[in-house]
Amino acid sequence: MNLKPETLKRIDEVITHYPVKRSATLPLLHLIQEDAGYISEEAVEWVAKKLELEPINVLEVVTFYPMFKRKPIGRRHIKVCRTLSCALVGGYKTCETFEKEFHTHAGPGEVSPDGEVTVEFVECLASCGTAPVVLIDETLHEKVDCAKAKQLSDRIKAEAAARKS
Amino acid sequence: MSAPAQRRIIFQHIDEPGYTNDIACYLKHGGYEVLKKAVTRKPEELIDEVKKSGLRGRGGAGFPCGVKWGLVDRKSGKPIYLIVNADESEPGTFKDRYIMYQDPHQLIEGTMISCFANNVKQAYIYIRGEMAEGARILEKAIAEARAANFVGPNVLGTGYSCEIYVHRGAGAYICGEETGLIESLEGKRANPRIKPPYFPAVLGLYQCPTIVNNVETLCHVKYIVEHGGEAYTKVGTPNNTGTRIFCVSGHVQRPGYYEFEAGKITMGQLLYDVCGGPLPGRTFKAVIPGGSSAKVMKFGERYKGKRKIGADMVDYDWGVEDVPMDFDCLAMVGTMGGSGGVIVMDDTVNMVEALANINAFYSHESCGQCTPCREGSLWMKKITTRMVHGEARPEDAALLKSVADQIPGRTICAFGEACSWPTQSFIAKFGDEFKTYHETKKTVVEKTRELV
Ligand SMILES: Cc1cc2nc3c(=O)[nH]c(=O)nc-3n(C[C@H](O)[C@H](O)[C@H](O)COP(=O)(O)O)c2cc1C
Ligand code: SF4
Ligand code: FES
Repeated sequence: MNLKPETLKRIDEVITHYPVKRSATLPLLHLIQEDAGYISEEAVEWVAKKLELEPINVLEVVTFYPMFKRKPIGRRHIKVCRTLSCALVGGYKTCETFEKEFHTHAGPGEVSPDGEVTVEFVECLASCGTAPVVLIDETLHEKVDCAKAKQLSDRIKAEAAARKS
Repeated sequence: MSAPAQRRIIFQHIDEPGYTNDIACYLKHGGYEVLKKAVTRKPEELIDEVKKSGLRGRGGAGFPCGVKWGLVDRKSGKPIYLIVNADESEPGTFKDRYIMYQDPHQLIEGTMISCFANNVKQAYIYIRGEMAEGARILEKAIAEARAANFVGPNVLGTGYSCEIYVHRGAGAYICGEETGLIESLEGKRANPRIKPPYFPAVLGLYQCPTIVNNVETLCHVKYIVEHGGEAYTKVGTPNNTGTRIFCVSGHVQRPGYYEFEAGKITMGQLLYDVCGGPLPGRTFKAVIPGGSSAKVMKFGERYKGKRKIGADMVDYDWGVEDVPMDFDCLAMVGTMGGSGGVIVMDDTVNMVEALANINAFYSHESCGQCTPCREGSLWMKKITTRMVHGEARPEDAALLKSVADQIPGRTICAFGEACSWPTQSFIAKFGDEFKTYHETKKTVVEKTRELV
């Protein structure tokens, strides 16, 4: 595993939060995913060894929780809320806008052809009063109608262009 | 009658201009004074205040907090853990988010008081994975509180020590169920445990006695210890003490959060006076009063019966608009106050499509341990999705009902009930819409269907 020294430091620290090492499984997976982008086979084995578990104990966790990805995803992760309160005020249209803008389909593992984004239709993000809502990486965007979805897409595209030039 | 004024106890500073989430701001507003006094009192006294207050849990079930604390096994010699349930995932619910993001120290103070009262040395805040920013805010706040000696070793020089750590989930709704949460915190799949024997108060985290409370509940504890349990009972109505935060979403003019004394405001006042009524040119059709699993209420239906007011039994005859918003009244009319998530649907909504949306949620979120829940939630989703996007049949209503009826009471956790109540109540109240959907469909254009 090729993890940043900072990640390794945080991993060792977080294990001390629990009287039982196994409890650190989710925190370790989060830290590794933040560093490496996804959870590889190697990462599963590494975590198992670190926490003195069998690899299956870690793999069953990775496959249970939707936030853990087993393959690389797009550079930016766009999560559009699918659930009722958002759907009532246009969540499906919001999701469609992102799909069109990036020529992709909403799905947990799909990456847009330019590699820039993964659009995912997720369940209630606990901000139903400002629906429809969208979580881009770790930032929540509220009242995202189609016009705002287009603006957010344009911003992501502009950032991608700036990075490439 | 117009609506009473809001009573902001928990949300006093939410969205207040200039109020920030750092400790300096909290201290300026009298922060941690309640903790300072609490640690000079006997823990049993604090538990008594909470018992006297009648506080009911704000996570969904409305279980009395003092009773829950009373059930904790204190003789086992094992450590007692406290877990803050910050998983906030019930569709329609969005209150804990604001507390954690904007006023995290209120939660930390409430948590520390609760820990001291219950002799807890280690607390965890289990926050849903999507709130990564919230987790960072809480971690920073805990570090500030630790530096000020409100958290950590030898709190305020009393010899009492307690740590709080933040633990992030990873996108699974079932982690909100307290025993699923405990499994998840132990580093496993969030498969809920069977009760008995696994009551958290006796066999919780690491098989030790464990208290699980919702974020908002613990903030109420702080208020109760500050003002006294007796004074708290003066807020709200008997058996529904304190305030409730209503999270209103869907088809109203002004969706958002509103805090009122429990039972002092009716559904009609909340939706018309506070939230501005329906959108222009529309009328209310249905409302789900306590998170998406609560049974739906249909505008136009009447609820009749007798209820206790003081010592007397009084007749009631209510429309949806007349129902007082508290745990008991909503239970009397066949639904629940739950987590306070009020989802409003107007006359543009087709109930088959709304149910299809809800069923997709539950099917996605079943942990899969119990066959009735795993298969039942899947089939309810398959049937309603087929109705909307494929072929709808008149007999689908009866089929859906038969699937839903076979789930409750046959599962390990209350998710079984939670996933069947929407289907049961939608069919009971809007059955005609389901029976005639195959006809309705012919006249609707595909693109107007936006719920599933
Ligand atoms: C399927 C399911 C999901 C739940 N989700 C949550 C949740 O997201 N947040 C929460 O506080 N309680 C949730 N609960 C309730 C908890 O199991 C538990 O009753 C609660 O955290 C207790 O805290 P309280 O007594 O302070 O309300 C859920 C229960 C079930 C059955
Ligand atoms: S009722 Fe459903 S969610 Fe609960 S334990 Fe059974 S399968 Fe899992
Ligand atoms: S339904 Fe979208 S945030 Fe709750």
